[in-house]
Amino acid sequence: MGDSQYSFSLTTFSPSGKLVQIEHALTAVGSGQTSLGIKASNGVVIATEKKLPSILVDESSVHKIQSLTPNIGVVYSGMGPDFRVLVRKSRKQAEQYHRLYKEPIPVTQLVRETAAVMQEFTQSGGVRPFGVSLLVAGYDDKGPQLYQVDPSGSYFSWKASAMGKNVSNAKTFLEKRYVEEMELDDAVHTAILTLKEGFEGQISEKNIEIGIIGEKKEFRVLTPNEIRDYLAEVE
Amino acid sequence: MVGKNCFAIASDRRLGVQLQTIATDFQRISKIHDRLFIGLSGLATDSQTLYQRLVFRHKLYQLREERDMKPETFASLVSALLYEKRFGPYFCQPVIAGLSDEDKPFICTMDSIGAKELAKDFVVAGTAGESLYGACEAMFKPDMEPDELFETVSQALLSSVDRDCLSGWGGHVYIV
Repeated sequence: MGDSQYSFSLTTFSPSGKLVQIEHALTAVGSGQTSLGIKASNGVVIATEKKLPSILVDESSVHKIQSLTPNIGVVYSGMGPDFRVLVRKSRKQAEQYHRLYKEPIPVTQLVRETAAVMQEFTQSGGVRPFGVSLLVAGYDDKGPQLYQVDPSGSYFSWKASAMGKNVSNAKTFLEKRYVEEMELDDAVHTAILTLKEGFEGQISEKNIEIGIIGEKKEFRVLTPNEIRDYLAEVE
Repeated sequence: MVGKNCFAIASDRRLGVQLQTIATDFQRISKIHDRLFIGLSGLATDSQTLYQRLVFRHKLYQLREERDMKPETFASLVSALLYEKRFGPYFCQPVIAGLSDEDKPFICTMDSIGAKELAKDFVVAGTAGESLYGACEAMFKPDMEPDELFETVSQALLSSVDRDCLSGWGGHVYIV
């Protein structure tokens, strides 16, 4: 690759106009576990595979879906530790907003600020971009919203999206299955089916994680029992 | 002062340095946006600077969030800005009045370091403050229509201001 001479320094453009480190970061994301999100008419659902390196790992201690505020949740594909750092920073920004305005932060603002942090790490010295893409799901005055944030710091609003290993199959599946008037329960079923498409092995409540936010504007992660019920409905 | 789906905010027009009157047409009430007004009494230079800072913050907020600030949010912002200067404060007392969601009127005042005082009927500030409390208490009725509200506010303002040598020279009244 003629670009390889330029792939060492993050802050240098390659002749083709790309920042090669960001391309590499996107590759890191693309080899991460699949995650997806679907925006329904009355809420948003985000879900991810939770494949653990060994059966000895205590799966109840692994939380891949986290809440940033009571009404905003996030899931990732890529490097777990980078995700933890971003969650910490975003939570702090959300609280700072609240301290100033005594109002919950709108989803767009939080996404914008998180994206700004990710962009900083593509234009500073001595740092590397984050190796995660985030799917941010929230419900505020503007209704249910789903945003994807990339390592470059660009963000997009999606009706439904997927990231990680199985992204092209998942997106094709979602394109076929998505309807505007979908309700939250249908969206959860669709999310499970999409995950099932590319799943290696048997899907169960122990190896996927699902988070939902409905009209009550409270984000929560589903318990394994609830996931088991949804799985049974889907069979 | 709060009325039925409307509010009134009023001030006198004197600008003075102790006993010397500098101006008799001083604008103490300023608009933040069409449904939000702030009146700043106290030291004129501080109220001017504070107003400029607030307009700055609000304009950025409008650009970022693509909407006007709600009065409650604005009041929290003013309170935070004032407390930032806790040990070297702005010498002004703001009176904030605005229309919130569904045209519900919102009023509040604060002291110079940002202690919010919300009220359902009226709030007052300035040298004639105590006099104003008495006049408003006597003249206030809930759910007044705009015209009646205007009368009430004007009468309360003028009668209190007449009893205070540091206030006067007429009044500005805004009804929204």
